[in-house]
Amino acid sequence: MSYTDSELLCVMAARQLRDDQTVFAGVGLPLLAVALAQKTHAPHLTMVVEGGVIGAEVVPGRLPISTNEMRLAHRALMLPPITDIFLLAQRGLIDVGFIGGAQIDQYGNINTSVIGPYERPKVRLPGSGGANDIASLCSEVTIVTVHERRRFVPRVDFITSPGGLSGPGARKAAGLHFGRVARVITNLGLFGFDPATGRLRLDALHPGRTVEMVREQTGFEVLLAPEIAITAPPTAAELAILRRLDAERRFL
Amino acid sequence: MSIRPADFIEARRRRAAKPKGARDKRLDAAEAVRLVRDGDVIAIGGCCFSRTPMLLLREILRQGRTGLTLARNLMAIEPEPFLVAGAAHTLITSWMGPGLPWGLSRVLRHYVESGQVRFEEWSHLGLGLRFRAGAMGVPFLPTLTMLGSDLLGVGGAKTMACPFTGETVALVPALFPDVALLHVHRADPLGNCQIDGYVHMDPDIAAAATTVLVTAEELISEEDTRRHPERTVIPGLLVDAVVEAPFGAFPGECYGLYETDFGFYDAYAARLAAKGLDGVREFMDEYIYGPATHAEYLARFDPTVLARQQQYARELVGGEPL
Repeated sequence: MSYTDSELLCVMAARQLRDDQTVFAGVGLPLLAVALAQKTHAPHLTMVVEGGVIGAEVVPGRLPISTNEMRLAHRALMLPPITDIFLLAQRGLIDVGFIGGAQIDQYGNINTSVIGPYERPKVRLPGSGGANDIASLCSEVTIVTVHERRRFVPRVDFITSPGGLSGPGARKAAGLHFGRVARVITNLGLFGFDPATGRLRLDALHPGRTVEMVREQTGFEVLLAPEIAITAPPTAAELAILRRLDAERRFL
Repeated sequence: MSIRPADFIEARRRRAAKPKGARDKRLDAAEAVRLVRDGDVIAIGGCCFSRTPMLLLREILRQGRTGLTLARNLMAIEPEPFLVAGAAHTLITSWMGPGLPWGLSRVLRHYVESGQVRFEEWSHLGLGLRFRAGAMGVPFLPTLTMLGSDLLGVGGAKTMACPFTGETVALVPALFPDVALLHVHRADPLGNCQIDGYVHMDPDIAAAATTVLVTAEELISEEDTRRHPERTVIPGLLVDAVVEAPFGAFPGECYGLYETDFGFYDAYAARLAAKGLDGVREFMDEYIYGPATHAEYLARFDPTVLARQQQYARELVGGEPL
């Protein structure tokens, strides 16, 4: 069964979600991952989206490209004001958040703001949107990204969204008592963070991927779990659901 | 930085001093936009592709306002003509991009990377709470977002030890825009507004601003409002001008009425890719400076596309599974 990197990312992200959770999702792959989880092992999962949506249904072939459009409101349970949707996360109602990023460092901090100095950047990126709020306020965060050396940098140029900041204890010291970046899902493997140092740790490789490939595509030293698992490949059933949702392959 | 400690006192005085009579506020777009002055901080309602007050934004450019600051929670391409025209020097937002399929904004990159335009970045909630603090008439609000991140240092947020628990909290300063531009589904002549679907941040923006200009898909009567007061989400006493504007957010969407015409955004992106900023200038001549009226603007779009986008919108809302 062949599959694309995007399909692999969606399947792996979907499998991290548990039934009965609430999840804050962005458009693109995270949205597909949530829809896939709902159609497989997590029918009681509730999706929340930053444009102000609780519990909408994803329409196959009508995937949204922004977090605040009608396509995301189909059969929703509630469309609260945007500020209030984030306040639900601040109150502790959102279990999992998905974010991506232009740069990610060894502590899971994310940069989507600038490459170079803030005032005169080399590249002005789009900005936080809700990513900082998701990383600050959800109970745990999963980063989903393509694994590229230019993305995985020792230090991000700008912390748009907090991961572990400078390591163990740093979030709490900054006032972030809840939440953490729990894992990073890439097209190479699954990563967690070493409890002692707070640094990125390879926990599992996808089929056909190697530690060497991870090292090549990472701009800092990756810690290795004592035993590195191999993930089960996407199943035909999972891929069929994804391909029905995004038949035009806009995101897959 | 635009933040002064006494802002909330001045902001209340400005608001309180304005006439609040329940009078007929219907104007045309040109008359409404005369209430906007050079140098104003303008808050834009809706969000990204949704309920963007396109008619009012076009009219501001047509009237040649300069020195503007634009504030909006998520920005799509609507600020780009303001940058190209040299009309705006500061953007206050959490995000700006043409949309997921089209990557980064080349226009934003050009003006910010060259130092011509300042990008004041907040988290989405951070900016939302700035509008809400403005709407509440208080100088700031506490929050647990943005803590530990570099966003704290960009726009002037602060941290403090909570006076009750001693824990660190972030504080965001109120934002009191000079003008709010909103596009709603229905408004009556007194300015009472109804919005279907997402309200985004519009009620907070309206209450935080000094002057509120509204375009509405449909003008309803005061009697219609009185029959369903529960539908009023922005009270007329906040509103200065009501302009009738069917398809007033097009080519973006208006919930339940028409869906975003993504083909238009494809064409815009292609022209920008081919011709750079001159492509945007061509677009501005065609869609902003060329058409003398809103009707002439709408005539630039294929009527079958407008009808199709209406059909798409009807399919998505109302709870029937697709």
